[in-house]
Amino acid sequence: MEYLLIIISAIFVNNIVLAQFLGICPFLGVSNKLSTASGMSLAVCFVITFATVVTYLINQYLLEPFGLTFLQTIAFILVIAALVQMVEIVLKKVSPSLYQALGIFLPLITTNCAVLGVAINVVTKEFTFGGEAHMLNLGEAAVYAFATSLGYGLAMVLFAGIREHLAGNDVPKAFKGLPIALVSVGIMALAFLGFSGIV
Amino acid sequence: MAAKSSLKNMALCLTAVCLICAAILGVVYIVTEQPIADAAAAEAQASIAKVLPEGGAISEEKTCDAEGIGGYYIQTSGDGIVTAYAVKSTTGGFGGPVTLMVGVLPDGTVFNTSVLSHSETPGLGAKCTEEGSSFREQWKGFKGNLAVKKDGGDVDAITASTITSRAYTKAVAQAVALVNGLAGTDTKEE
Amino acid sequence: MANKLSLITKGLLKENPTFVLVLGMCPTLATTTSAMNGLEMGLATMFVLILSNIVISLIAPVVPDKVHIPVYIVVIATFVTVLQLLMQAFTPDVYKTLGLFIPLIVVNCIILGRAEAFANKNGVLDSALDGIGIGLGFTLSLTVIGIVREILGSGAIFGWKFISGDGILAFVMAPGAFLVLGYLMVLFNKIAKK
Repeated sequence: MEYLLIIISAIFVNNIVLAQFLGICPFLGVSNKLSTASGMSLAVCFVITFATVVTYLINQYLLEPFGLTFLQTIAFILVIAALVQMVEIVLKKVSPSLYQALGIFLPLITTNCAVLGVAINVVTKEFTFGGEAHMLNLGEAAVYAFATSLGYGLAMVLFAGIREHLAGNDVPKAFKGLPIALVSVGIMALAFLGFSGIV
Repeated sequence: MAAKSSLKNMALCLTAVCLICAAILGVVYIVTEQPIADAAAAEAQASIAKVLPEGGAISEEKTCDAEGIGGYYIQTSGDGIVTAYAVKSTTGGFGGPVTLMVGVLPDGTVFNTSVLSHSETPGLGAKCTEEGSSFREQWKGFKGNLAVKKDGGDVDAITASTITSRAYTKAVAQAVALVNGLAGTDTKEE
Repeated sequence: MANKLSLITKGLLKENPTFVLVLGMCPTLATTTSAMNGLEMGLATMFVLILSNIVISLIAPVVPDKVHIPVYIVVIATFVTVLQLLMQAFTPDVYKTLGLFIPLIVVNCIILGRAEAFANKNGVLDSALDGIGIGLGFTLSLTVIGIVREILGSGAIFGWKFISGDGILAFVMAPGAFLVLGYLMVLFNKIAKK
């Protein structure tokens, strides 16, 4: 039950792009085409889940016992950068076809603030799923991270769909490109506001 | 212009940068440790003072494992009689956790409340932070059924923010329940 | 002299990080719920940007090419952590309001972007000026977005309320951020690109 609440909350209610404003740059950058958007979503999904679990363990068994939590930011970003590199190398060896699909997006992910944002959120914030406020345990953190990245994918794919249609429309000159995209996201976020309060 | 990317150069450079950065951070951390602790203590003191009657000595933070209680402080008058408690109480609101500091007199009457942190909707649930609003004023000296009127209690909810009001009320109720328990044990000991 | 001055002024209009380069969108959208918050976030970013630009322009000649990104990230992360500690110590309220977006300055594309595009090929003074210029541009944009959202959303400017009651709440919440930024960009295009 708790896991279900986490998943719904992370995908719809607190959607990472539309409610938390994380990972906006790649969201705007690669959402021109549906195919690249889904590729990017997959890669992000992979990295967010993996990175959150690793940084959670590092925080709990390395930083906290030694009173080094002030090094959180620097440690996490290094772990994420290293992890992205590793994922890239492993993918290249193990599944060249997946690497072909995700390859170009992987280096971009290091500076995707969604990854660092989720990792920091998970270890510093209290969450309320079904009443009680508490810190997440490892299992919940992993589920939360995975669900959050699904929410990222959802927003990305929906938005790419909208943008593909926008491209063929007659948009006033000053609105061309990003402005109209931002206004569309705003309306989408307005729709997602309707989910608030469910969990 | 950049140095050659030989393995030795790269390893040397990374190690040196990491060492220097770690040293800088270590120094800054040591320098700011005391101010950070002071700022946190001052904030805690201020939030406690806001919800308790004036005067009296406030104890160190005490912990307990009651649900949603983050810790509490006991205020005693000069001759050692307990005059009030300040309880840090957390519940789940509309947008996330709502954490209150609740001042409670030993007989279970609420003295005053204040919001420590919340993530409620601006303009709706976030109104619970407005000092002097009728929602906040009703807590001063509140003694009654701790539930919003919709649920058959005596608490006037914030318009259009029943969930926030419920969370707020529940946090107060948790604090009062804790104090009732504590006050009971105190009298038994004496 | 005019050259040096243009390093600062170009960040305000020609290379405005928000409206022209479209970098650092996350804090731009998330922290501009009021003019004051936008201003504070802009200043915090500027602090890191100036210092990292200076240091990176100094160390760039001795950093091997293949590891320059990790080195830059470590330098930036160090300054961000310094900022975090200083803010916790001296402005705990501001730190609380901006929350997660202070550590996230590390991954703000503006900072790594300026390191890559400017600081690693220019001198210390120019890099510092570039940091000031881009930082000012970012701060200005955030403050403007904050002002618009605060007027529409809460009926106030810098905390001073001019209507009683509430504004249009959606503008304080997420959708308003996207809408305001979108329309301001249109305005910017109309005015600046003539």
